[in-house]
Amino acid sequence: MTHSANALKARRHGAYIAFVLHRVSGLLLSAFLPLHFLALSQALNGEAALDAFLNWADNPLVKLSEVGLVVMLSLHLGCGLRVMALEALGWTVWQKNMVAIAFGGSVVVGTIFLLQVF
Amino acid sequence: MTDLRVSVWRGDESGDQEYFDVPRKENQTILDVVTYIQRNLDPTLSYRYACRVGMCGSCAMSVNGVARWTCRTHVDKVCDTDELELRPLDNFPVVKDLVCDMQTFFNKQKKAGGAFQGSKSRDDGLAIIKPDSKGRMAVDKAIECIGCGVCYASCDIIKWNPDYLGPAALNRAWTLVEDERDTRRVDRLRAVSGDAGCHACHTQMSCTQRCPKLLSPTHSISGLKREVTRAALKGEI
Repeated sequence: MTHSANALKARRHGAYIAFVLHRVSGLLLSAFLPLHFLALSQALNGEAALDAFLNWADNPLVKLSEVGLVVMLSLHLGCGLRVMALEALGWTVWQKNMVAIAFGGSVVVGTIFLLQVF
Repeated sequence: MTDLRVSVWRGDESGDQEYFDVPRKENQTILDVVTYIQRNLDPTLSYRYACRVGMCGSCAMSVNGVARWTCRTHVDKVCDTDELELRPLDNFPVVKDLVCDMQTFFNKQKKAGGAFQGSKSRDDGLAIIKPDSKGRMAVDKAIECIGCGVCYASCDIIKWNPDYLGPAALNRAWTLVEDERDTRRVDRLRAVSGDAGCHACHTQMSCTQRCPKLLSPTHSISGLKREVTRAALKGEI
């Protein structure tokens, strides 16, 4: 196994994965923000422009992206809560469980949203 | 049993991996493997060890990408295949081969206010610390750190910010912050509250994951974060 493969394997533990998920979901959410504001700004061009955008947003690909967005949001929330709990509440034997809860909760919320969309 | 194909770092900061074939045996530790190489294959190989029984921590090195005490790591535990990769600890300057320079590591303990400063002299008699007192309980595990550097080598924050004090130094600071005999509390909190201090920790917890003594520097660092916040709100720092 190469050095980089070993280094990657060494980071394959719950807390590190939670850290990466927190960072990546945060970056993706911040990348989404300009698009969000762009969508809202359509209202400034009148009712018809906003409706046209909303109709376009009904297509399945956009809906699928929304599922991803909600998963990102819940992941970011869950992983953020994990950090806050660890730092504000002190040590608990729950630390690894919280990682699992953050991850599991995110998947559940995303799945519920997915079921409602389709 | 088949031979182990061992890849060992040779050189200092610059160098390369060199390959050795070492006979695989039952109950073989990584330290046994390194010692076999030095005694039978290449006497110029440099590595460090002392106690061989998990007391001193000086034999720590990177084994298949993970910082470990080599005397307490069995080959069977870390080798799914017959390949083994040995390197000096990450985040430390390399002196030669598997020997790293611990100076920065220990200097950071000083920087974090790691020296005890009491108010009494040797003539005042021993201070009595109740074992079940809050401060003593808070550091019950943390005081067992022997400074082997495994946590420091496992921390990615040090890779990204070389000034970061690191898990061991912050753990040491935490034990003194909670020490009721110590008189440098505010200075120490100030020392650990900068950009390279406790708030730089991103809770990746590789330190806690890897500590051979099963301590949790993450716990100590989060304790420091709370104490620094309290002191800042009170206007002490």
